[in-house]
Amino acid sequence: MFELLGVPPQALFGQLLLGLINGSFYAILSLGLAVIFGLLNIINFSHGAQYMMGAFVGWMLLNYAGVGYWAALILAPLLVGATGFIIERFLISRLYKLDHLYGLLLTFGLALIIQGIFRNQYGSSGLPYSIPVELSGGQNLGFMYLPNYRAWVVVASLTVCLATWLVIEKTRLGSYLRAATENPTLVGAFGVNVPRLITLTYGFGVALAAFAGVLAAPIYSVNPNMGADLIIVVFAVVVIGGMGSILGAILTGFGLGVVEGLTKVFYPEAAATVIFIIMIIVLLIKPQGLFGRAP
Amino acid sequence: MTIRQLAAAAIISASAVISASAQTPVKIGVLTDMSGTYSDLAGPGSVWSANKAVADFNATSKAVKAEVIFADHQNKGDIASGIARRWYDTENVNVVVDLVTSSTALAVNEIAKEKNKVALVSGAASSDITGSKCNANTLHWTYDTYALANGTGTAVVKTGGNTWFFITADYAFGQALERDTSAVVTANGGKVLGSVKHPFPAQDFSSFLLQAQSSGAKIIGLANAGADTTNAIKQASEFGIVQNGQNLAGLLVFISDVNALGLKTAQGLIFTEAWYWDLNDGNRAFAKEFAAANNGKHPTMVHAGVYSSVIHYLKAVEALNSAADGAATVAKMKATPTEDKLFGKGSVRADGRKIHDMYLFEVKKPEESKAPWDYYKLRATIPAAQAWRPLEQSACPLVKKS
Repeated sequence: MFELLGVPPQALFGQLLLGLINGSFYAILSLGLAVIFGLLNIINFSHGAQYMMGAFVGWMLLNYAGVGYWAALILAPLLVGATGFIIERFLISRLYKLDHLYGLLLTFGLALIIQGIFRNQYGSSGLPYSIPVELSGGQNLGFMYLPNYRAWVVVASLTVCLATWLVIEKTRLGSYLRAATENPTLVGAFGVNVPRLITLTYGFGVALAAFAGVLAAPIYSVNPNMGADLIIVVFAVVVIGGMGSILGAILTGFGLGVVEGLTKVFYPEAAATVIFIIMIIVLLIKPQGLFGRAP
Repeated sequence: MTIRQLAAAAIISASAVISASAQTPVKIGVLTDMSGTYSDLAGPGSVWSANKAVADFNATSKAVKAEVIFADHQNKGDIASGIARRWYDTENVNVVVDLVTSSTALAVNEIAKEKNKVALVSGAASSDITGSKCNANTLHWTYDTYALANGTGTAVVKTGGNTWFFITADYAFGQALERDTSAVVTANGGKVLGSVKHPFPAQDFSSFLLQAQSSGAKIIGLANAGADTTNAIKQASEFGIVQNGQNLAGLLVFISDVNALGLKTAQGLIFTEAWYWDLNDGNRAFAKEFAAANNGKHPTMVHAGVYSSVIHYLKAVEALNSAADGAATVAKMKATPTEDKLFGKGSVRADGRKIHDMYLFEVKKPEESKAPWDYYKLRATIPAAQAWRPLEQSACPLVKKS
């Protein structure tokens, strides 16, 4: 068998595909962050906690109310998104006149509180959540065994990312959003309720995180720290893609998933570091990020 | 300071000395993972167990006045060192117990030696704690990588699992576990085909599992712990590893991990542990009290080890009438046979290794489990004489070579 860079090509294809799957999670999460930052100028540090809440709400719906995976995929984002409305309305909205730093501190503190509550209640070792029967099993692709659920993750994530991008770039609602980012006062003068628009956007970003959480529940351990471990990487993804750039967040999310996947083959010890190395290089060469506009 | 204040200070310190002569004061610091991935298998449960040990000891003896404090070492060696230094130097802590990760245990045992205090390790695993890094101020209580490797490795190789691939957490513990298990596998005639080191902690193991799959090894050894192990097992079942003829060997599995996986995913796993709550009446009584105080969770072997080590420490302090000299206290602990309600009779060796039986368990099938936390079947008892690294193989300088 011929080898590519010392690795059989079949193994390489497998790893590329796995990277793409992990990239799906980065893409949905960084998309939510980018939407929130783009409109609210808030660096939402509680995004990881909200992702975790999505997974936990999915688990609670199943265990307390008997609601299965498919319904949870819709319900959990709605419920967690609703908590986002409340947080924005009563807490974040008071900080718009202040420096970015205050929003960061507020959301970071919220994340710690949310994680603490869940840890107290459910412990840190996690809860079991099974893959829905319709998606159990897998396909033998020749070069690897692809579980059906992982294929679904890529499809679901691509659909959601594409739909979000279309709404923001191609619809009237999206144009209001983009206009409000540029000049909220002027948009308000045209009769658009800008504060409500902002609340909705934050709720939507949070719902995206919760959606990713439900997607993750059957394959990752559902535990209170699951978001904290992931969110730092996702922030690096957003910085590399360019703060606030929607398309940048999506493409970088998938791209970095692949880069990380390849690192796991060639030098697995560095798999946790490689994204940050790329972040440093990008910041040095193009400080506004790969897809960001220069200020 | 005025003369009046000086006098007051003198009186206060004098009265402290008087009360001390009646009851030896001891401050026990539980240094553990209070918030991270290991906080269920140690964490608040370890603090409870230390307090329980003090309460049980006080019920039989009034010689020691023990106080328990705790802190979160966040599984980082530097944070653990900082807290241990502060405790030993300025807060009069005599003994640090638990220490959940090998990196924190190996950091704190150095400090215990430097300050002539005591460290009693329960949560950490590296066999280096009583090997090349051993010292006269540290005891390793519950289990170690040698005993895990020896128990699980031998059993698996003997039942035909003679080719191995390791998925290893990339820090002191994982490396020690992989090293010790590889030695056992090779010694029993098996072969190690390769290994991959993953960052700690990791979420996604699919890439590592795929590498393990293509290695063709019969056994995939998981040299990691906590959420890393549960994530790896969960994803291995997703990728059809077991259906395709490979088997998983969890080298360090706690009952909290089995609870997190659920019996449906965890059934059939074989691993070595030092203690299980349902082995005898004494353990069951302890577990019942533990569960009532800890949200229904049942104790792990780490919790039982914290209890047992604190009991033995307090006995030594009582015998010496002092906790001031760490090395002397540890020497006394080594000289006295151990006995408590959770581990029964045992001993502490010259290298600091606590000696007791180990057990090989298998996780029950869902239909075999009759109650919550009824998870294990006992496959074999590994007698104390065979469970641990023989002293003559020890790299510990405290062991006199004949």
